[in-house]
Amino acid sequence: MNRPNMAPPTMAPWPLVMLAAPLLPFATLDGTALYLPQIPAALALFALSVATILARRLPGSALGEALLLLAGVAAAYATPLVLLTQGHALAQAGGLWLSVAGTTLLLWRVLALLADVAGPVRLAGPALFGLALVMLWEILTRGFQVPTILLPPPSLVLTAFAANAADLWDDFRQTVLISVLRGYLIGCGAGFLVAILADRVPFLARGLLPLGNLASAVPVVGIAPIMVMWFGFDWQSKAAVIVVMTFFPMLINTLAGLQSAERIQLDLMRSYGAGYWRTLAMLRLPCALPFLFNGLKINSTLALIGAIVAEFFGTPVVGMGFRISTQVARMNLDVVWATIAVAALTGSLLYGALALAERHVTAWHPSFRKR
Amino acid sequence: MPAAQPAPLTLVPPAAEPAPRTIVDIRNLTLTYQAADHPVYALSDVSLSISKGDFISLIGPSGCGKTTLMRVVADLEQPTSGEVTVNGMTPEQARLKRAYGYVFQAPALYPWRTVERNVMLPLEIMGLPKAERQQRAREQLELVGLAGFERKFPWQLSGGMQQRVSIARALAFAPDLLLMDEPFGALDEITRDHLNLQLTRLWLSTRKTCIFVTHSIAEAVFLSTRIVVMSPRPGRILDVIDCDRDLPRERTLDIRESPEFQRIAHRVRDGLMEGHSYDD
Ligand SMILES: Nc1ncnc2c1ncn2[C@@H]1O[C@H](COP(=O)(O)OP(=O)(O)OP(=O)(O)O)[C@@H](O)[C@H]1O
Ligand SMILES: [Mg+2]
Repeated sequence: MNRPNMAPPTMAPWPLVMLAAPLLPFATLDGTALYLPQIPAALALFALSVATILARRLPGSALGEALLLLAGVAAAYATPLVLLTQGHALAQAGGLWLSVAGTTLLLWRVLALLADVAGPVRLAGPALFGLALVMLWEILTRGFQVPTILLPPPSLVLTAFAANAADLWDDFRQTVLISVLRGYLIGCGAGFLVAILADRVPFLARGLLPLGNLASAVPVVGIAPIMVMWFGFDWQSKAAVIVVMTFFPMLINTLAGLQSAERIQLDLMRSYGAGYWRTLAMLRLPCALPFLFNGLKINSTLALIGAIVAEFFGTPVVGMGFRISTQVARMNLDVVWATIAVAALTGSLLYGALALAERHVTAWHPSFRKR
Repeated sequence: MPAAQPAPLTLVPPAAEPAPRTIVDIRNLTLTYQAADHPVYALSDVSLSISKGDFISLIGPSGCGKTTLMRVVADLEQPTSGEVTVNGMTPEQARLKRAYGYVFQAPALYPWRTVERNVMLPLEIMGLPKAERQQRAREQLELVGLAGFERKFPWQLSGGMQQRVSIARALAFAPDLLLMDEPFGALDEITRDHLNLQLTRLWLSTRKTCIFVTHSIAEAVFLSTRIVVMSPRPGRILDVIDCDRDLPRERTLDIRESPEFQRIAHRVRDGLMEGHSYDD
C-alpha cells in the first residue's frame, strides 16, 4: 500500500489479546498458581510491554516505532526466562503464554515497519525473524519442559557447541573443507567439461541425458556403501558419492545453458566469421551463466547431504556424518543438534555466497536487472 | 513503362571512374524452405549483380524474401540452387574474411555488454588494440547520436536506440559490404531523416557497397543507386530501378520534393502494387 511517508498504517488490534493476560495465572510455584501482581519481575516486564504499545507514536518515525515495540517484545520474551530462573513452573501459565502470543503478533508489526525503512536496516528484518524463532524455541522447550532427547533448547545446543568446539571444527574440516569441496569441484567441473564435449558431439548428449535421469533417481544410501567399498574410508569415497550426485545436474544445466543463445545472436557471431571456441567464450557461455549458477546452487546442497550421508557408512573417526551417527547412539542429542546447526549454517552460507556471486556476475539478466 | 529501359552505355556519367567492378553476383538463385507441412518458395530464380560502391535497396511486401536474400549473400542461409559470388569468392570465404557488416532486423545486442562493448565486439574478434577499439566505438556512437550512452546496458535503452547501437556496431568494423535489414524501421521520422543523411554522407565518403532493406519508398529512393522491387510467393525480382541517372550522387533532404524523385517513387509504388496483386 502506498501511503504518505509520515503516517505509518494503523496497528492491527490482535496484539491487544495480551491485555487479557493478567486474568490468567502467570506461573505456578510449588503447585500454587500465581497471578501477575504476585510476581514483581513479571509485573514490571508486562508493564514495559504494554507501555511500549501505548507510547509507540512518540518517536514519530517508522524506525523509532519499530525499535520501541521491539523493546516491548524483548521484555515479553524475557519474562518466561526470568521466571524459570526463579524456580517457577510455566506449563500451566495461561496468562504468560497469552502475553507471549500477543507480543509475537506485535513482532509482526515490527517486521512490517522495518520492511518499509530504506537502507541497510531492511536487512535486520530477516535476522530478527530468525532470532525470534530461536527465542520462541528456547521459551517453549524450557517452559513446557520438552525432553531434551526430543528437542533440546537452543541454549543447550549452544553449550554443547562450545564444549565440543574442537571436535566440531575437526568434523567441519574433514566433511566440508576436504570431502565436500573436492567432490563438489570435481563433480561440477566434470559435468561442465563433459557438457561442452557433448555439445560438440551430439550423440554423446543423446546418450548421456537419459543416463542423467537414471542417476538422479539412484538413492544416496544405495551408492554410498558401494563407494566406501570402492574408495575406502577416507575422503575419496565421500568425494565419489558427491561426484555421482552433482555430475548430472551440472551436465544438464550446462547443456541447457549452451542451447539458450538466440539464433540471431549466433548469426551475428557467424557473420563476423567467429569460430566455435570464440562463439563459445563470447556468446554461449555468458548466455549459459544463469543456468550454470542454477546447477552450482543445486549442487551445493546436494554435495553437503551426500558427504554427511556417506559418512554413515564408514569414515575415519571424524566428520559430521560420523558425529551424528555416534552421538545419536549415545543419546547426546545436543551434540547432534550442534552438528546439524553447523551443517545448516554451512549449507546456507555456501548457497548464499553462490547467490551473491550470481547476482554480481549476471546482473544483466532479466531476473536481476534494475533500470 | 518507357523509363524502365536500361540506360545505353554512353549515358553513364562521363566521370573518369573505371568500369565498376562487380562485388556481388547472384545467378538464378532459388531457395525453398522445407516447412513442416509444405515447402515455402522464399526465392525463385533471382539474378542480381551489384557493383562496388552500389547502394542497393530491396523493397517489397512482407514475406517476399528480402531478408532471405540478404542471408544467402551473408552465408547465413544455403541456397537450394543457383550461384552467389562475393568478390569472386563463395559467400562462406567472404564471411571468413570478415567482409560483412550485418545489421539484423532486430538489434541483437548482448545484454551482458555495455553499449560501448557491444560496438567493440566485432573489433575484439578482429583483434584490434584496445585504444583503437575504444576510439572507433566512440566515433560511431556519436555518429548515430548516442554519445554519452557508452556505459549503459542495452536494456536501459529504447528500442530505436538499441537499433542505432547495432548500426554503430556494423559501421565500426568498416566492412566491405554493409547489409542492413530495415535498420531504421523502429525510428521516428526525424531521427530517421537524420540517419538517412548520415548514411548517404558515410556512403559517399567511403564508397562502401550497401544492401539495404526498407519498407519506405522515400527512404529507398533517397538512399539508393538502384532499387530492387520484389514480390512474394514465390519471392522474385519484379523491377530494378536505376536512381543514379536522374538523381545526383550528393543528396539533401529537399531532393525529395523534386519531380525526378517523385517519378522514381511513383515507379516503385507501381511495382509494389503489381506485387501485391498476387496476394489475392
Ligand atoms: N527459417 C525459415 N523456415 C521456414 N520458412 C521461412 C524461414 N525464414 C523465412 N521463411 C519464409 O520465407 C519467406 C520469406 O521470408 P523473409 O524473412 O525473407 O521475408 P521478408 O521479405 O524479409 O519479410 P519482412 O519484410 O516481413 O521482413 C516467408 O514466407 C517466410 O515465411
Ligand atoms: Mg525481413
